[in-house]
This record gives sequence, structure tokens and C-alpha cells, in this order.
Amino acid sequence: MPETPSRREGAVGEARMAEEMEAVIGLEIHVQLRTDQKLFCPDSTRFGDAPNTNVCPVCLGLPGALPTINEEAVDLAVRAAVAFGCDVHETSVFARKNYFYPDLPKGYQISQFERPLATGGSFRVRMDDGESVVRIRRIHMEEDAGKSVHDRFRRATAVDLNRAGTPLIEFVSEPDLTSPAQARAYLQQVKRVIEYLDVSDCNMEEGSLRVDANVSIRPRGSTTLETKTEVKNMNSFSGVEKALTTEIARQMEVTAAGGAVEHMTLLWDEVKGEVRPMRTKEESHDYRYFPEPDLPPLRLGRDRIETLRAELPELPASRADRFVAELGLPVYDAEVLTASRALADYFEAVAAQRGDAKSASNWIMGPVLAAMKDVGLDAGDFPVPAEALADLIDLVEGDTISHNVGKGVLRKMVETGEEAGVIVEREGLVQVRDSDRIEAWVDEVLEGHPDEVARFRGGEKRLQGYFMGEVMKRSRGKADPGEVARLLARKLEG
Amino acid sequence: MSACSEIARRVQAGEVERDHFVRGALDRAREADSGDVPLHAFLSLETEEGEAAEGSLAGVPVAVKDNICTRELPTSCGSRILEGYVSPFEATVVRKLRAAGGWVLGKTNMDEFAMGSSTENSGYRPTRNPRDRARVPGGSSGGSAAAVAAGIVPCALGSDTGGSVRQPAAFCGVVGIKPTYGRVSRYGLVAFASSLDQVGSLGATVEDATRLLQAVSGHDPRDATSADRAVPDWAASFGVGVDGLTIGVPAEYFTEELDPAVAEVCREAFDRLREAGARVREVSLPHTRYAVPTYYILAPAEASSNLARYDGVRYGVRAPGAESIDAVYEESRTRGFGAEVVRRIMLGTFALSAGYYDAYYGRAQRVRALIARDFRRVWADGVDVLFTPTSPTPAFRLGERTTDPVAMYLSDIYTVTANLAGIPGISIPIGAVEGLPVGGQFLAPMWDEARMIQAAHALESLTGAVAGGVGDARREGTDA
Repeated sequence: MPETPSRREGAVGEARMAEEMEAVIGLEIHVQLRTDQKLFCPDSTRFGDAPNTNVCPVCLGLPGALPTINEEAVDLAVRAAVAFGCDVHETSVFARKNYFYPDLPKGYQISQFERPLATGGSFRVRMDDGESVVRIRRIHMEEDAGKSVHDRFRRATAVDLNRAGTPLIEFVSEPDLTSPAQARAYLQQVKRVIEYLDVSDCNMEEGSLRVDANVSIRPRGSTTLETKTEVKNMNSFSGVEKALTTEIARQMEVTAAGGAVEHMTLLWDEVKGEVRPMRTKEESHDYRYFPEPDLPPLRLGRDRIETLRAELPELPASRADRFVAELGLPVYDAEVLTASRALADYFEAVAAQRGDAKSASNWIMGPVLAAMKDVGLDAGDFPVPAEALADLIDLVEGDTISHNVGKGVLRKMVETGEEAGVIVEREGLVQVRDSDRIEAWVDEVLEGHPDEVARFRGGEKRLQGYFMGEVMKRSRGKADPGEVARLLARKLEG
Repeated sequence: MSACSEIARRVQAGEVERDHFVRGALDRAREADSGDVPLHAFLSLETEEGEAAEGSLAGVPVAVKDNICTRELPTSCGSRILEGYVSPFEATVVRKLRAAGGWVLGKTNMDEFAMGSSTENSGYRPTRNPRDRARVPGGSSGGSAAAVAAGIVPCALGSDTGGSVRQPAAFCGVVGIKPTYGRVSRYGLVAFASSLDQVGSLGATVEDATRLLQAVSGHDPRDATSADRAVPDWAASFGVGVDGLTIGVPAEYFTEELDPAVAEVCREAFDRLREAGARVREVSLPHTRYAVPTYYILAPAEASSNLARYDGVRYGVRAPGAESIDAVYEESRTRGFGAEVVRRIMLGTFALSAGYYDAYYGRAQRVRALIARDFRRVWADGVDVLFTPTSPTPAFRLGERTTDPVAMYLSDIYTVTANLAGIPGISIPIGAVEGLPVGGQFLAPMWDEARMIQAAHALESLTGAVAGGVGDARREGTDA
């Protein structure tokens, strides 16, 4: 224990605690691998099917059934492990984790224990105030359990085994995180990398990414690890941050009151915003791990590991660095554009076709992301292909249409899937630069608004924008804004 | 010619109806259960038809141990907890035997979940030894051994985790083979101890047991522990003889536990082998004495995990009226499992517990490696096969050892080593003591069943102690 803050008084003590103490956080992330089939049998891993339809003797744990390994899942797990800089072991061993639960059909979960797939990686977490390194202790493979459904039938728990046997990797960090915000950033950035790798779809709502935390507190500067608690059931990034904040505050309170933190497992209640004990150490399981005799050790040739390493895509951090260094983008733009692999691919395709990164970045960070948000699609299935967007930007940059008209054309492209040129031509949107036609629109507007003209001349210069808008409206957006501004200035001032 | 081959020949030649011999076997099975002291070799007695009209087992009735999954007949593993359970899938070995034209003839009695050496641990009823119905048939494949010995079927499938095919074969005076671990698929064999379990065959003669084993052997992608290697034609081992073969006799198998009369029968067998041209020489397997304790750590440890699925939730017995999920587990398992199964689950759970794992399970695994090394050294030293007694005594009386688990465990003292080392073994009748059959065991290097079958076939013809005189599966019609 750190210096025991006995008999400290209430809030003052707690505030002092918060300054003197720091949190120590490690995250265990379960990631569902993106495979069509389960880890040890060929059943589908599809989410949302009718209960107990994607099952077979193996994942039902019927007498006499035996597991066989899904090699595709192994490849995905190795891909994740090499991407996080882990040492992938040529021999790893599946083990049985024994416990009784109604949704665990065999009475054990096939996992890895003493000899996991990979150990000893690291990951750089970027935050506004700098970068820190979080060490990855291990990555191991395991199968998921089924699902207990407590609210479907009165006075009965139903079991759905569709999920039983779904391939997972468990991704365990060292306790290198020191704040809830950092834990959240770590989780978000890990998720982004895993999505980049196409290892998982990381859908937290469907449970394909789940996270548990180990939390303790200690005096700032100390290097010893104090008694930790485990926090489960955090189903979103904000939930992780809130749950950890709550639990750290609870531990501070316990310590401030002269108590000792007890080892236990807690459940985060998002609705009530509190952590509740699930089980204490006394009731904790002895999982009686032993090597799974139904599966030989998992042996991976060096070649297989190296092939998977060579096939790794460029990861988001280095891609963002490259966007800054080679394409001259601001750091902020580079971060936004590398948020997903699909978005970064989209940006690069547009930039390459136009030979200009800055305009591609402006268009994507602005109207394109807004349009994606409106229609609820991401770059992977956005209806405007990169070439079509590049063509649109060409029309704007070449002054064929105005920037504003361009934004409208983009909306139409999203709706209809048509090309920009087709829309511009059909709707007669080509920018008008003919001074005579523009002057006529300007005159009409000024004549129609004598009061405003008088006010402008009386000193209300901000009415300039109003006239500008009216002229553009009259021209249905086609007038060259530069020419409009020039003519307006001449007529109003002159 | 073996009974299997003759039946297959006659059925394929169209001399008799396809189910001719199957009907005869059914009649004999019913007959065997009809007297004052019923045999009770079978837990269920219906047939499942062969899939092919032709094949090495065409029309051959094959009794199947009750821990091997069949599609129509129940698979209870001799346990109340699986009473009436019918598997929705078929074990690979059953599929193969039916593909070879064989018919399933009933499911045979066994010690519950294959835990036992007398078939008295059956959750239903004991099986009697056809040679002397006051005695046990051995176990755990006692029903299969009794069915063959009583002449009901020419061959049967069993499973051997620590001697469960070979020891009952010895007690009943028939042939039992445990192949190399990985030779036969375990898919559909209900697990007792996965790293030791192997499906084996029993037959009236070496040829019958071999032909059945041949039909069910081979790689199975559904079993990750089955070996992807070619299965030789073991019929090529028949009639080759033992001239020039080096047969090792391990000193550690001839100790004080061994009944002197059984030892004498073994000595006569050495003499015959020597006369037939074999070099018989004493060898040492120094870690043998640790085999039984090692086995009784590892097998229960795996069993404690393998049997966790019988929890009353999805299939099998569920205790009525249980008030909580823990009560469902406790009451269902207490009601469904017999005393020996409970004992082994407790032993195994203890052996795997935090703080004891290294001292028990970890250490047993290291000893297991030493036992396997003992064998490798002997093979490297030029020994082709080993010859030992199969069990220290002939069949004992019902009830004689039921109150003394350790005495019961010691009847597997000469057979567990093969399971621990993964090597093949065969037990054949080599004589009798006071009218009770005595079995002798050949052990061979991994994957070298051929050499073992060669030696066994030769000794079988030398001793003439072939099963017979009780029933002959080739006999037709209803007479038993």
C-alpha cells in the first residue's frame, strides 16, 4: 500500500489524493475475426440470424464432436500480431479454460494460455499533448461463448449458440495507460489499425469488439502495482472513459477513507453511470487450464509468418505521416483522412488523378464527408467513385462551374449516381463570365432594392454580401462570383 | 479364412440374402440374454444397415460399443446421464464400417464413459463373461468382447484408453487391437481421455479383428489428432511367421502382481515363438512402474473436462425441479453419474487445480514422455515387437473388486503403457488357467501395426487357442 492516508477529511482529502495518485490501466480487447466460418467448425459467423441456426455438433458441444482449426482465422490473427510488432511464435498451444455456464456448451472454452500465438508487441498512442508507447503483452486466439438471453422468456434464460465458436483474438496490453482519456485514445487507435488490417469489422454494437479494463491507483512516481479491479461491460469509447473515471474515483475514495481496494470484477452500468461488483476474489474461478488434447499445437512456418508480414497494408500512423511529408497536408487533415482505410484510399485516388492533394483534401474534408454523414455511408460504399469526384473538382478548379454550384452538383451525384459533366450540362450550370449578362443581373438586383442600396451608401457596408447573394440567386448560381463582386463594387461605390 | 471374409464372400456372391448373417446374429444375441444368467452384452439391439452391398465387411454384423455415435441407435456411453440420447451424427468409424458393407448390430454394454475394467460400472447392468457367467468380461469394452466370445458377431468395435479393448479381449478369450494413436478417427467416439482414447477392434481371430480395423482406419479431416498417413494392407502380415523377428520381453511386466499361472502360460508362448524362429530376449522399460499412477492423473484430468458438457442444459438427464442453474448442474450430475465417474471427475479436477497443476498434471506429462522414451530405446536397440501378459490375472468374479478401486486399476497395469506412449497393442488368447482364457499382448512401434499383427497371427496359429467352442458367427439360422 502507498502511504495510508488515514483520517483524511472528505473532499479535501480526495482532491489531494487526485493530485498525488495516478491511475494504472491495462486493457484486454476481444476482437472478433472477420471470417465467414467459426474457429473450429464450418458454421456461419453471421450476426443477427434466428437463434441456434448457425450451429453444428462441434459448436453445440455434442458428445463425440471434435474441433478442427480454421486456417483463415489463424492468418488474420497472425496479421494482427505482426502489425502490432509482436513476436509470433512458431508453436503455440490451445488450452481449455474450464468453467460451467449455460452458454458454454462444452463446459470449457478453447483458448490459449501458457503458450499464446504472440507476445511482446508495442503500440504508439497519439494524443494532442504527444505520443506514448503502450506495450502489448500478448495476443492469443480463442473461441467465443454463446449468448444467454435473460429478457426473452418469463422466468427463464434462453441460450443462443450462434455465437459459440466465433473466432476471437484477445489483445492484452501491459498496464501502461495512466488516464481514462489515454485509454480511450488507445482503444480508438487500436481499433483503427485493426480495421485497416481488415482483421475485424470492430463493430462494438454487435459485440465484435469488446473491452475489459484492469485498473489500480498508486502514488505518482511509484512503479509498484497495487491491487487492481477488473471493469467489464463497457460498450463504447465514451463508456470506457466514463467507466474508468468512475472506477478510479471510487478507488481514490476508498483509499482516502483509509480503506484498501479489494480485488474484484465490476460491471459498468452506462444508464446509471456507476460500477457494480460482479464477483469478488473469493468467488473467482479456478479455470483449470490445460493443453487442449483434441488439437495438436499450432505450428506456423517462418515463411507463413513472413508472407503475412509482407502483405501488411500501410498502417494509419505511417500513412498520415506520409500525407504530411509527401503531399504537404496539414497534420489535422492527414489524421482525418486516415481515419479509415477506405477513406484514405479514396483520398489518395482523387489526389492522384488530379495531381493535387490540397484540393482533394479540401473537397473530401468538407462537402464529401458531410455528404457521407448525411447518407450514412462511409468511403467504402459512397456512391461517388474517386474518378467522378476528381472530374467534379476539375470542373470547379477550371472555373467551368462555381464552387457553390459544385457542391450542389455533388449532392445530385450522390442522389443519382450520375457524372458531374452530365448534370452540369443538363441543368445548364456552366459558369457565366460574360460581363454583359452579369451586369444585367446586378442592375436588376440594385433596382429592385433601392432601400438597401441607400443604406449601403449610408455606410452599412456589410450589405455587400446580401447583394452578392441576390445576384447569385438570380443567376441560379452560375455567375462568376469574382465578376459579380467587381461589378457590384463598381456600381455601388461609383 | 476368417469369419468376416467368408461372410463377405458369400453375401457378395449372392449365395445368401444380404441380411442373412445379421439375422442369425440377432437371434443369437437374444438367445444369449434368455437364460437364467443373461449375458447382457448389449444395451440396445437393433440393426443399422450397411451402406454398400459390396466391400470387405459386406453383410457382416458388427457390434458397436455404446460410446461410438450411431444415427439410429442410442449412444448412452453406459451412463444414465445420456439415457436415450441419440446422436444426430455418425462416428467416422461407423460410417466407414457401413461403407465397407458392414451392419451395425446393436450397441454394447460398457463401464460408464469407459471408466472401469469389468463392465460392472455400467449405469444399466453388468455384462457376464461368456466363458464363465459368474465372472466379469473385463472392461470397459466388456459388451463387445462378450458379444464376440459368445459367437454372436465375428467382430466388434471397442475403445481403448488404458486397455479397454485388450483386457476384456484377454478375459473373454478373443482378439483385441488398439491401434497407434491417430490411426483411427476419434470423431464420434465420445471422449473419456482425449489424448489416450483410440477406437479399437475385437474379433474371434486375429484376421477378423484386423479386417475390421483395416476398414475403419485412416485419416479423417474431422479429427485433428488423426494422422494423415497411408494405412498399409495388414492382410499382408498374415501367415508370414516370426522367423528372424526379435521379440523383446520386458522384465518389468513379470513382477509380483502377475499370477504365476498366467506367467507360466506366457513362458509357454515364448517357447513356441522361439521354436518358430523368433529371437526372444529380455529388455527393460524402467519407467513402467509409474505408468498406472501417471495414467490415473492424466486420464481423470482430461475426463473432468470432457465430462463437463453433461450439465443438464442441452441434452441428457436434467434433474426436475432444480431451482437455480447451479442446482441444475449439481442435481443432474449427481443423478446421472455413477460412483466411479464421480471419483474420477474429483481426482481430475483436483489434479488440474491452481497450485496443484505442476505437481500432478505437469509431472505426469513428464513421466509420460519418459515412458514413451523407454519404448523408443527398445525399438532403437533392434527389438521388433514386445510380448507381455495382457492382464495380471484371468477374469475375476463379479463383485470381487468393486469395493477396491486400486485393485481394479491394477488389472490395466500392462496395458496403460501403450496408451501413454501412443503405440499399438494387440491381445490374443494364448492359453487358459483353470478353464479361463489368458491373453498375451504384442506391442509395436508407432505406425507398425503390421509387425504386431504378423507376430500375433503367427502365435495364434502356434497355440491354437483360437476363440471357439462357445459360438460360431458363421453358423446360420437361429441355432446358437
